[in-house]
This record gives sequence, structure tokens and C-alpha cells, in this order.
Amino acid sequence: MDYPLRRSCKEVAHMVVAMQDRTLSLKETAQLRLHMAICRACPGFENQFLTMKSALHQWRNYADEESPPASSAK
Amino acid sequence: MSFEQDVAEQRLYLLRFARLQLRNEAWAEDAVSDTMLAAIAKPQAFGGKAQLRTWLVGVLKHKVVDTLRANLREPNVADMRGSADDDMSEGDLLDAIGFKQDGHFAEAPADWGNPDRDLAQRQFMAVMDACITKLPAVQGRLFLMREWLELDADEVCKTLNITSTNLYVQLHRARLKLRECLQLNWFGQHAV
Repeated sequence: MDYPLRRSCKEVAHMVVAMQDRTLSLKETAQLRLHMAICRACPGFENQFLTMKSALHQWRNYADEESPPASSAK
Repeated sequence: MSFEQDVAEQRLYLLRFARLQLRNEAWAEDAVSDTMLAAIAKPQAFGGKAQLRTWLVGVLKHKVVDTLRANLREPNVADMRGSADDDMSEGDLLDAIGFKQDGHFAEAPADWGNPDRDLAQRQFMAVMDACITKLPAVQGRLFLMREWLELDADEVCKTLNITSTNLYVQLHRARLKLRECLQLNWFGQHAV
């Protein structure tokens, strides 16, 4: 029997990466959320990408006020 | 300190981003010089260094987009196109994470902790810089156009005149590589 909304972890991992750059279709979103609800491993993978997103946001805005240019003459 | 000195003091900070994004020393130097000249030509009041820096970064981003458009727009440079073959396929990159025959994770992905936690510290930023630098040039540029210039996928495609399929493939690879690099060099070593 074929379950139209059933996806493997690998397929879901692919979607987790893809959704960083494009909006998933409604069908993909349903597949992703259904899988996340019953899988123990994939939420951890998604969490890594949520952390990476937050890390990149912090990286973009991080301004190290304590380090003046090394070349500045004292 | 004069306004010119304040601006000059930001040079290395600006250069760090310009180098990461452009992957070309001459282009990066030019973009940063143009940015500093633009600031000095129009001295204005800033509440503090943070404000000046924010303003300079905004100007730099425009200069950098112009540079990318002028130098890397298809079909000027073939390297935006051909890079798909010099690399592992997308499937291989996902496979490297480790999946069983039936498509399940062979091992549960490592716990990276609360996504909202504070990572704003110098050591982490150095690891992030290094991981981004390690990306192949094409992937690194496209990735930072999303993550530093904050362009959406359509804008990236239009700026460089590349297809969205090509863009998504490259970004997919870049993100998987970055994930692996951060796991190896940060999250795998800093227990949560």
C-alpha cells in the first residue's frame, strides 16, 4: 500500500534544508509535519537548522567592539 | 578623533565581510575603499561607533552587490555554471550524514541545544567565519548573498542571472557543508 504523505527521514532532511531558501508546498509541509510528529530523529535535524539560522543571525549582527584594528598606531 | 579616523578604524571590520562575500582580494579592497570614500565625502553625525558601523555596512552591501553583478553575472564567468560537477552530488552530501537503506537516520542527529541560545562570542564567530571560508567559492558567494546581503532567492537569481534550480542546488550543498563544519568544530565539542 502506498501512503501519499509518508516520507523517509532522508526525504524529510532534504525538505528541512530546502525550506531555508524556499517556501515548501502545502503537500510538502503536510508530509514534513506528519513525519516530524512520529519521528524521533528528524526533529533533532530540524533543530540543528533552527540553531544554524539563529547562529547566522547573531553572526551577521555581531560587532566586536573590543577589538580595534590591529594596524592602528598607538 | 576625527570623522575620517572613525571611518578608517572600521576598515578591517568591513574588509572581513567583503572578503568572505566576494572571494576576491582586489574586489574586496575596492568595495571597502569605495565605501569609506563615500562616507568621508559626506560626513554626517552619528550617535556612536555602532551607528557609524551599521551605516557603513549598509553602504558596503550596495557596493558589493554592484561588484557581484558586474563581475559574476552570467554569462561573464563560467564558474557560476560548471561547478555542479566538481563536487559530490547532493545525494552524496545527505548520504554522508548517514541513512539506512530504508531512509531512516543511522544515528540520531546531535543535539545542538536551544536554537535561541546566545552564541555571540568571539570564538564562535571565528569558527563561523572559518566554516564559511571553507565553502567552495561559488557556494560561499551564493550562501552569503542569502545570509549576509539578505537577498531572497529571486533577487540572487536576478543579480547573477542564474536559474533557481542552480541556486537551490548550490545553497543545499553549502548548508549541508556548513552544518557538518559547525558540528565538527563547535557543537560537537561544546556540550549543551
